Amino acid sequence: MAQNSPPVKEIRRTPQAVTVVLSGDIDLHHVPEIHPVLLEECARRPPVLIIDLGEVEYMDSSGVGVLVHVFQKVKANQGKLRLVRMNPRVRSVFEITKLDKYFVICDSEEQALNA
Amino acid sequence: MIPRVPSETCRCVELRIPSATGSLPVIRSVIERIGRLNGLAEPLVAQVALAMDEALANVIAHAYEGRPDQPIDVRVEIVGEPPEERLVMTVRDFGRTVEPDAISGRDLADVRPGGLGVHIMQSVMDRVEYSPLPEGGMLLRLTKRIGPSSRSPIRP
Repeated sequence: MAQNSPPVKEIRRTPQAVTVVLSGDIDLHHVPEIHPVLLEECARRPPVLIIDLGEVEYMDSSGVGVLVHVFQKVKANQGKLRLVRMNPRVRSVFEITKLDKYFVICDSEEQALNA
Repeated sequence: MIPRVPSETCRCVELRIPSATGSLPVIRSVIERIGRLNGLAEPLVAQVALAMDEALANVIAHAYEGRPDQPIDVRVEIVGEPPEERLVMTVRDFGRTVEPDAISGRDLADVRPGGLGVHIMQSVMDRVEYSPLPEGGMLLRLTKRIGPSSRSPIRP
């Protein structure tokens, strides 16, 4: 379990993409902090929104729900959402909910830009 | 060969926690710790911690409608002996009572935020049983069988 790491660790913006790096546990406790940040980045209408989950150790259905909402917003803006560097434990939550087929999940940021 | 767990290993934990979202990582840690101490394999430990997290999140969001200072009683216990050994977790709340038939997972083809917690619990646990209590509130009992493949090959 993560020890008090900020859930939104970094945001990188380029003309091609915005990358939001999340960390720690994405659960009902941290979702209120993450959701508005992701919606704010959606509102900038980047061509690609990349959510880097490489430092996320745990996610529950409330975290998955936020990503579904963000994906719907990105799609409404004709953008792309890419989830990158998901660990097996986090990936299993997407598999249980059958959302691993709904999202585009990439191994790296580079792959995400070309997917 | 299934590793033996020392007989003095803790097999039961009971806690009363507040209905604050900050309770979630604490309870996940407790379940992960008792699971590992009892030699459960990591995938099973992760699954049961997730199921408990979803159960508590539902209590916080629905039974107590986000109020953070209400009591929730949690019990985590490893019962029985192989091959009938199982992990049993109960969550007792004192919030509003719901008919068990009204609690069900939703159609996953309808992709939208929320409503996935019951589906997750039903997917990862062998039994998910809700009981309304006469004195008010609900009792949720989650059961997972511990088979030979659920055991870690290395003692923690």
